[in-house]
Amino acid sequence: MQDNIRLLINNISVVYSDVIQVLKGVSLTIREGQVVSLLGSNGAGKSTTLKAISGLLKPENGKVTEGSIEYDGKPVQNSSPEEITRKGIIQVLEGRQEFKYLTVEENLRVGTATRWGKPYQKDLELVYGYFPALLARKKAMAGYCSGGELQMLVIGRALMAHPKLLLLDEPSLGLAPILVKEIFQIIRRINQEQGTTLMVVEQNANMALQIAHYGYVMENGKIVMESGAEDLRENPDVKEFYLGTAASGALKSYKNVKAYKRRKRWL
Amino acid sequence: MDFFLQLLVNGISLGFLYALSALGFVMIFKSSSVLNFAHGELMAIGAFLFLALSAWADLPIVLAFALTLIGSFTLGFILEKFFLRPLIGEALIQVIMLTLGLALMFRGLLLFIFGGDIHDYPKFLPEALSMQWGAIQIPAVYVAAFIIGILFLILFGLFFKYSSQGIYMRSVADNQPAALSLGVHVRRVFALSWAIAALVCAMSGIVLGIINGINVHELSSIGLKVFPVVILGGLDSIGGAILGGVIIGLLETFTGGYISTSLREIIPYIVLIFILMVKPYGLFGLVEIERV
Repeated sequence: MQDNIRLLINNISVVYSDVIQVLKGVSLTIREGQVVSLLGSNGAGKSTTLKAISGLLKPENGKVTEGSIEYDGKPVQNSSPEEITRKGIIQVLEGRQEFKYLTVEENLRVGTATRWGKPYQKDLELVYGYFPALLARKKAMAGYCSGGELQMLVIGRALMAHPKLLLLDEPSLGLAPILVKEIFQIIRRINQEQGTTLMVVEQNANMALQIAHYGYVMENGKIVMESGAEDLRENPDVKEFYLGTAASGALKSYKNVKAYKRRKRWL
Repeated sequence: MDFFLQLLVNGISLGFLYALSALGFVMIFKSSSVLNFAHGELMAIGAFLFLALSAWADLPIVLAFALTLIGSFTLGFILEKFFLRPLIGEALIQVIMLTLGLALMFRGLLLFIFGGDIHDYPKFLPEALSMQWGAIQIPAVYVAAFIIGILFLILFGLFFKYSSQGIYMRSVADNQPAALSLGVHVRRVFALSWAIAALVCAMSGIVLGIINGINVHELSSIGLKVFPVVILGGLDSIGGAILGGVIIGLLETFTGGYISTSLREIIPYIVLIFILMVKPYGLFGLVEIERV
């Protein structure tokens, strides 16, 4: 693992439609070759953080109003998605946004959009190597594929772009536990074999912390905790609020004032 | 029987012209969900540009044709860049008003420059192109219409199916946020679809100009016929546009031949109303893929 900083987010605020503030001073660092996971409950601002990086805030009328995002030392906040993707940052959107009326192979070919006019045959082979299930379905219309195939498809599609930094938004959403395991193993392999730096946003904290080197926890538009993945896994608060297992192993009741106070301290 | 076959042939070639021009309309709608009311005017501009280059500037026909296509392509690009781009994300009605405004502006401009008379191209289609089978006679221009129609429909079919740019254009039509996240240049796709639309409009405008004579009002009313064609075929289906074009072309010539020539112009709109009542999404309108 190298220590070069790939992405540095410095105290950013994100505002939608000029009035709705979603991120309130988020800072995080992604080092080259790392898998960084970003955890948090619904509405904490995880997806917004990803979109701030990939430039996809703009179409949603959002803006980075303060702070800076530096990619390889150069500021990229509020650049257009066309520019940012061409620098090698590719986001896999939440909820498997496949192209329904394109075949699986055509879907993958769209991934080459950032590398205009270059051959793609080798990349197709690479993607089919990671996801053999796609090879069998390559002529099928994506709209008729299963959820698991689609998740593989959208990750494969992003790989076609040769990303240097891959942002995954909830890859486990709506998948069977066994598929989640498989997908996370492939994500780890992509990180190790391709050297791709990854940032994974997840609800499934358990899975995410198993493959991550470093983790951040978000609440209410702020980072409330950061640490190496090992430490996070062992942290009693994370265990209780995100991994669902309390230190004692027993379920805690809401009457437990201590837990309430501990939770409140985070927000 | 001969009369029937004659009408059939005329109808099909006319239909391919409608299909070609409808292709331009569908392309814009598919990629950017814009209903282009300036469709007929784009056809007229192409026809008049060709007239100016071939008859007035006296350029060789092939060169004039090529320049017209390049000119229309550029015009489409410019239209998108300066008029439609600022409206990206605005409500549909604003965009429709814009294209209506463009239509009126173009019509006025063409009337101002060329006047309201019917113009004619110099004769340039070789007579050898016309065909004769027994009593059926196919004029050269219909043969040309047929060839141009088929040729470009196949070319565009291949372009959308296999070329990278074609696949990017379809991806934008399919799921714009996802296309954006993969770095597809969405604005470039919009511009390209307008450019291609203007190009096919010009092409069908020229051939219709050869058949009917070139007149601003005539061509823009033919442009309006794109609505029955695309609504019959389904607004966002290229295959539907082709079939819709052929059906409308056939209906027109048969109505003109067997019933009355004055009904000919109305029949497409009667079909339009009928289709909207019984099958509002057209024959091949997008059937939403839904996984339950």
